[in-house]
Amino acid sequence: MQEGVQIADPARRSMLLTALYIAQEQYGYLTKDAIERVANRLRLPVADVYSMASFYSLYRTEPTGRYVLQVCEGLSCHLVGGADRLVDYLQKKLGLEVGQTTRDGLFTLETVQCLASCGTSPAMRVNDALYENMTPERIDELLETLRGYHV
Amino acid sequence: MFEKVLTRNFGLPRSESIGVYIANGGYQALPKALHECDPEQLIEMVTASGLRGRGGAGFPAGRKWGFMPKGSDIEKYVCVNTDEGEPGTFKDRELVEKDPHQIIEGVIIASYAVGAHRAFVYIRGEFFLGVKRWIKAIDGAYAKGFLGKNILGSGFSLDLSVHRGAGAYICGEETALIESLEGKRGEPRKKPPYPASVGLWGKPTLVHNVETLANIPHIINRGAEWYSSIGTPKSTGPKIFCISGHVRNRGIFELPLGVPLREIIYEHAGGMTFDKKLKAVIPGGASTPMLTPDQVDTPMAFETLEEAGTMLGTGAIVVMNEDTCMVDVARRLMRFFAHESCGRCTPCRTGTQRMLNILERLEAGQGKAEDIETLERTARKIQGLTFCPMGDAAINPVLSGLKLFRDEYEYHVTHKRCPV
Ligand SMILES: Cc1cc2nc3c(=O)[nH]c(=O)nc-3n(C[C@H](O)[C@H](O)[C@H](O)COP(=O)(O)O)c2cc1C
Ligand code: FES
Repeated sequence: MQEGVQIADPARRSMLLTALYIAQEQYGYLTKDAIERVANRLRLPVADVYSMASFYSLYRTEPTGRYVLQVCEGLSCHLVGGADRLVDYLQKKLGLEVGQTTRDGLFTLETVQCLASCGTSPAMRVNDALYENMTPERIDELLETLRGYHV
Repeated sequence: MFEKVLTRNFGLPRSESIGVYIANGGYQALPKALHECDPEQLIEMVTASGLRGRGGAGFPAGRKWGFMPKGSDIEKYVCVNTDEGEPGTFKDRELVEKDPHQIIEGVIIASYAVGAHRAFVYIRGEFFLGVKRWIKAIDGAYAKGFLGKNILGSGFSLDLSVHRGAGAYICGEETALIESLEGKRGEPRKKPPYPASVGLWGKPTLVHNVETLANIPHIINRGAEWYSSIGTPKSTGPKIFCISGHVRNRGIFELPLGVPLREIIYEHAGGMTFDKKLKAVIPGGASTPMLTPDQVDTPMAFETLEEAGTMLGTGAIVVMNEDTCMVDVARRLMRFFAHESCGRCTPCRTGTQRMLNILERLEAGQGKAEDIETLERTARKIQGLTFCPMGDAAINPVLSGLKLFRDEYEYHVTHKRCPV
């Protein structure tokens, strides 16, 4: 059955990744509502769309803070004093653990795998922007700048 | 001094723009290919150049083009693999950000050679700047008539569009990439059939890494003979090496294939930071077995690294000094593979998790006497038994670590801590 649908209109299904990005942008994260809307628009089973959202790590089915701080914990970042050191620093500074969000809803801390910035490591990502050659001092500056947008 | 080919424009201001590309000899191979060559001649030329895939496996590009069925009545596709996620690798991101038109010119020529009229860029979801650069470059190429209908009056038409992945390393594997392009979970397909016969939407599909495609315009412009005079007889052409870890100048270096590892580390990368002693080198990305200091004279070519028991992979060199704990290195790489296992087949899914648990335990000083043997046994149960090559990739760091630094693993068990 599912095969039949795909062969009949393969291009429609190909829109799914893009559609999920758009829905995530509009809703903040992929709520039940957002997923159902995508499923309806593309005429796909809701369970199927859920399964996609859970497979790909850039889709979120839980709310996050305004800024998601993703620290690379890859080998090349670790070798030059990144990874654990920066994660520890951020945990202390923000008073949270990896996976948590600050009470003001501003920051969520996460760890990620190699960001393809190993030559300019330690690397981290904040929402869609990449930050390279990070140090605790540069993290301080970054957090201050981001907070500045919300006073 | 080696004359740079692929990265020659990287230092120019606005090197990503179509104007700078054209001003420096860009889009000159395209009319030559479309007006002066027929597809068969192009396939012959690429075969004669000796160009091998830069995505990790090193498969001869011309042979892959030749596998695509002939004839204009068959719908065919080309996919441009920009999913770069192998830890240690950062060349594709730079190529796209700094010189996307070089890749586009390669895509158009490859599509013409295999008779495809639709090509897709699949880019890693995290590469936000890369997505923007791709879209802008493609728009620019359309505006100049290099893409679209009847390109340069040749009668050949090609459409190219960008698809953004969404965070899954496995989507770099060509059949998983195709699944993802179709809007599905990125789980690899069984091979054979290979994409060249059954690919995107069941149609013949040519999948190439961006660095491979970037070589094409130069081969057309300067000839197969020129190209194959660079490198070694079995590994021809220039290669973008990525170097990271404990060296002074980290970054990318474009050098001929076959350059000794020693030259890259001690000349181009300026040697070890703080003049520490070298302990181990990952030569081609996280999934390639390590080399030891006595092997630094190995030429960086497909065949010589294979003889040395490892692989050229993506050409991503990670250098580690004497203070590096090899159990920690294995743990960190295993965390990557366990996290990125797509979960489709059991040996890879549960095996990587089990190995990670043991490595975490060893590193935390809670290792048991039997752990090392269990680690090895678990690795052997994955070897050759997984659905896609990811399983074999995942066990390499552990197996090569155990082979070269077993005493360090044992030290973790007996002393409950790192020896370094
Ligand atoms: C687990 C896994 C991940 C891969 N990731 C990538 C990748 O990110 N980029 C890439 O070009 N090739 C990747 N490959 C290799 C592709 O499957 C394929 O061989 C390659 O895109 C072919 O292009 P080439 O012939 O130009 O090298 C990966 C392979 C495996 C098994
Ligand atoms: S290991 Fe952190 S960017 Fe590659």
